[in-house]
Amino acid sequence: MRRKDIALWLLAALLIWAQVWLELKMPDYMSDITRMVQTEGSEMSDILHSGGLMLLCAFGSLVSAIIVGYIISRVSASFSMRVRKKLFDKVEELSMNEVGKFSTSSLITRSTNDITQIQMLVSMGGQMLVRAPLTAAWAVIKISNKSWQWSTATAVTVVLLLATITTIMSIVIPRFKLVQKLTDKINGLTRENLTGIRVVRAFNAEKYQEKKFDKTNNSLTRTQIFNQRMMAVMSPMMYLGMQGLSLAIYVIGALLIVNTPMSGKIQLFGDMAAFFSYAMQVVISFLMLALIFSMIPRAQVSATRINEVLAADISIIDGTFKGETEEIGTLEFRNVSFKYPDAEDYLLKDISFSAKRGETVAFIGSTGSGKSTLVNLIPRFYDATDGDIFVDGVNVRDYKQSALRNKIGYVSQKAIMFNGTITSNVAYGDNGREKPSEKQIKKAIEIAQAKQFVERKENDYKAHVAQGGTNISGGQKQRLAIARAIARDPEIYIFDDSFSALDYKTDAALRKALKEHTGEATNLIVAQRIGTIMHADKILVLDEGKCVGQGTHKELLKNCEVYKQIALSQLTKEELNV
Amino acid sequence: MFNGGPGRRGGRPGDEKSKDFGKSMTRLFSELKNLRIAVVLAILLAVGGSILSVVAPDKLSDLADEIRNGLIPQNIEQLEPAMGTIAKNIASATPQESWEEVKIGNTVISPEDQVATMQTMNGLGQDATQEEKYAVFEKLPESVQSAIEPKMNMDAIRTLTIVLIIMYLASALFELLEGFLMADASNKFAQDLRSRISRKINRLPLSYFDHNQTGDILSRVTNDVDTVAMSMSQSLSTLISESALLIGAVVMMVITNLTMAATAIIASILGMAAMMVILKKSQKYFSMRQRELGKLNSHIEEVYSSLLIVKAYNGKKESDKKFDRLNKAVYNANQKSQFLSGIMHPIMAFVGNLGYVAVCIVGALMVMDGKISFGVIIAFISYVRLFTSPLNRIAQSMSSLQSAAAAGDRVFEFIDEAEMIDEKDLTIKVEKDKIAGDIVFDHVRFGYDDSKKIVIKDFCAEAKAGQKIAIVGPTGAGKTTMVNLLMKFYDIKDGDIRIDGVSTKDMTRETVHSLFTMVLQDTWMLDGTLRENIVYNRKNVSDKQIMSICKTVGLSHFVKTLPNGLDTDLSENDSISAGQKQLITIARGMVEDAPFLILDEATSNVDTRTEELVQSAMDKLMEGRTSFIIAHRLSTIRNADLILVMNEGDIVESGNHKELMKKGGFYAELYNSQFAL
Repeated sequence: MRRKDIALWLLAALLIWAQVWLELKMPDYMSDITRMVQTEGSEMSDILHSGGLMLLCAFGSLVSAIIVGYIISRVSASFSMRVRKKLFDKVEELSMNEVGKFSTSSLITRSTNDITQIQMLVSMGGQMLVRAPLTAAWAVIKISNKSWQWSTATAVTVVLLLATITTIMSIVIPRFKLVQKLTDKINGLTRENLTGIRVVRAFNAEKYQEKKFDKTNNSLTRTQIFNQRMMAVMSPMMYLGMQGLSLAIYVIGALLIVNTPMSGKIQLFGDMAAFFSYAMQVVISFLMLALIFSMIPRAQVSATRINEVLAADISIIDGTFKGETEEIGTLEFRNVSFKYPDAEDYLLKDISFSAKRGETVAFIGSTGSGKSTLVNLIPRFYDATDGDIFVDGVNVRDYKQSALRNKIGYVSQKAIMFNGTITSNVAYGDNGREKPSEKQIKKAIEIAQAKQFVERKENDYKAHVAQGGTNISGGQKQRLAIARAIARDPEIYIFDDSFSALDYKTDAALRKALKEHTGEATNLIVAQRIGTIMHADKILVLDEGKCVGQGTHKELLKNCEVYKQIALSQLTKEELNV
Repeated sequence: MFNGGPGRRGGRPGDEKSKDFGKSMTRLFSELKNLRIAVVLAILLAVGGSILSVVAPDKLSDLADEIRNGLIPQNIEQLEPAMGTIAKNIASATPQESWEEVKIGNTVISPEDQVATMQTMNGLGQDATQEEKYAVFEKLPESVQSAIEPKMNMDAIRTLTIVLIIMYLASALFELLEGFLMADASNKFAQDLRSRISRKINRLPLSYFDHNQTGDILSRVTNDVDTVAMSMSQSLSTLISESALLIGAVVMMVITNLTMAATAIIASILGMAAMMVILKKSQKYFSMRQRELGKLNSHIEEVYSSLLIVKAYNGKKESDKKFDRLNKAVYNANQKSQFLSGIMHPIMAFVGNLGYVAVCIVGALMVMDGKISFGVIIAFISYVRLFTSPLNRIAQSMSSLQSAAAAGDRVFEFIDEAEMIDEKDLTIKVEKDKIAGDIVFDHVRFGYDDSKKIVIKDFCAEAKAGQKIAIVGPTGAGKTTMVNLLMKFYDIKDGDIRIDGVSTKDMTRETVHSLFTMVLQDTWMLDGTLRENIVYNRKNVSDKQIMSICKTVGLSHFVKTLPNGLDTDLSENDSISAGQKQLITIARGMVEDAPFLILDEATSNVDTRTEELVQSAMDKLMEGRTSFIIAHRLSTIRNADLILVMNEGDIVESGNHKELMKKGGFYAELYNSQFAL
């Protein structure tokens, strides 16, 4: 919280104080008016005077409420804005390792839903939290010198109401969480049915899915009905409490008046009217407090979730090296090993190799052999557990991350598209130089074998791309993602299994064009198809995190059993010329 | 109160307006069906409660009147003539025995007391205040005091108290019952809507899902249904009961006193006018807030899920700029909507106070003129409250019903979507065991939607029983479409597909599906255990059977590594690789013995070494069945009996691998490109 906010909060608290004072002043005038109205011979001007003062109080409290409302709306909105920004910045800084720990979808709800929850408490609770106890305390003081019988009735009502609310809440709140879980499950089952729609139909499993859905739907409905019934008890109970109290005040008043000598009766009657309104204030303030306390646990859950992210250690520490090197496009792994911090087993063990400028190095191996992990270490998505990686002769840990990544054009296994146009997607990011020109973008798209389908689209290069690229096909997305890397004009390309969504022909054409136009750049290719990598300068064969072979296609066929197996599973002996 | 709370995501504005409010509400009501009785009953209860809330203050004011009556000295009008008589008696100087009898009420005042009274009353000035008079009363002799002492009618008070208690209890009971009925009705309604959506999903043609996003349908199942149910339970009865309250309050006011009624209504309406202006304005900002929040949330979602690329391309600056802009917009809308909705309550309170003072002043004037009793003022103070608070709540529930109507529109729009063609009149029974396995594609023509773009132009092919047919071709050639047609997921435009000579047009979709075992590229996993994932909807599958299938596809080692074997919950286990998932889907396909097999890119997630293991399993699976294989990896299809090479919706070549390679055409080019640089 900033100093300005604290000042604003104080001002708001002061105004709330004034507001409560004014509001509690009103019953005084009310009882004056009441007394005057029923006293014969009262002057009309006196009634008008008191009425005017009461209205003045009401107006004063309205004005202060409006100012308080303004202050609080600003403070709470700006509070949530800043927390959201802080969280967003933090998430962008997290290493992929930490992102994985939190899971992307959890980070998203933390940045959206959880912040909304907190804001709700700040905006509603903040005001009430100051107001309710203040009103309650003040009203209690105001009525404390009146008859104890009334005070007792009020106290009993408050205690009864609070007990009711506490009981209901303690029953309902755990079930609210259950409702949340069941709603998630309804969501999950619907998603399951939708994503697997072809499978569901192919297996004639519609009834099966519906039965599953009905089961959850039933328990959701049951829980909801139970909860809402419990909540339905609340409101009549509160009304009953307040009505009962007002009746009690009158009855007690009647008994008191009867037993009081003449001179005290009128005074007592006036007291009764005042007590009536104060008692309601007391009850309402306690109810407000109860409401806030029922909100706090939920907001607290959210606050904890947000703080977890804000407090997360960033395991990847930025270096200082700005990236100007003599060597260009070289890469070296020196005894690199990697495992996840909490894991027992190494995903990569003792990997060493080097690549010179313009060379193509390929990585092959079965699923889970560590190929992707290996290339993800280069742009420091993760840091190696042991050993060092050098880009252009400088340890990657010494680079400023942005400087390191300016040297790299990375294409992920799953093509990622942003909401925007084809051009904005290809031109995405910042490479430390100027944004690519329109000509460069077109060229990049052409090299990536995407020119044909782009130009066939409406608005061609300016065609709309939906979030996640849902309006273009997988193969097309992949080619645009490759175009994005080309437009970046990097020293080192990393293709993390980026060609598998392409058919053989496009794959081959793309690699040929790439070779022609980016001959200066170093290529690192992770692939499953032998055909994609057989012409690489160097092939690393990975098996369960270890490098079991290194060399050219021909060399490996001779001396690497794993490579030979992979190759033979894809091509015949004749085709491999073994 | 908890806008944007659980279950409500920021993505879709919850308060968008319905196109035709009246029509939407009518529809909602007609969909209530047998729940209508409960709803009507609830509404009646609510109205009953309202009537009680209107009558109760009247009774409370009677009570106040009774208490107030206990303050007024009785027989006070007899005091003045009595004093006259006393004065005459004292002045007469006759012995006290012969004094004229002085009687106040039924009490005869003794001569001693008469003297004492005279002395006491003399101390009272002409312009004495009420308090001074009351103080003097206490010094009066006991007989006089008891004669004029105010008497409270305790019987009347007791009766009124009992009546009030009964009324309060009854109104609480009404409200409770109403709450229960509405909780049941609205949730059962929501349950029904959800289950109808879920069934609807399985009755829509696949093409519907081609241009409707999963997220949108999901939001209908959860957000929209919740909104409908919530507003129903909270607003519907509120709206009606509060309207009853409003009318009741007006009627009672008018009956009690016309002038006072006019005062109260005019004072409140002045305030209400201001209220409505603010309500309208704040609604605008609320929907703006939802909209801006939606934009911001989808940006956050985009950046978080693309974090790898944001990092790799140093896109932080770009995403930050957009984030800051959207965040600021949310701030603005947030602040404004919150401010406006926050001051609504103070304004209402002020209106209430204004009404109070107006009623008091006008009331006081009229009491002084003797036109009304004090109790009327008390009653009016309650009526003012009864009058202003429903207006507020009616306005709120109206806007809440608006969003219910909008949400209802979205739900019913989905439920009303055109379903797949009814197949009740297709009665052809096909015995699965007696199928030989021949399939003929006869000049098949097909295009998605009603668009003119034809995807499959003129597809002719013949598959003999037991053959292995591969379909190859570049992306977009129509391979998957062919499978979709074969499975009758879509209806063909022209031509025919015949199984053992019977047109699939004459078979129900269910029959066609039962003839095929299909394994797809996308490794769809159920939220459940490994067993559930393999057995799926089939019945009477023994463990022995499952284990033997697992052995065939090479999953038995995997099963052994799982903590609970077949009963391990896979949904919480994210360490399963794509390859293992693929093997599970293959195992799922193998449980059932169907005469035809379709493998649509079924092995593309499996690495080539594992594929070899699977391949032998699949070869076994394909034995004796007519199989269709779609694959990127040409190694998978080399030994197919027939290779259909597709390009742009047509078969451009067909034959086996050797023949096609010899031909040196499209296939050979495709095949050789994998060796190209």
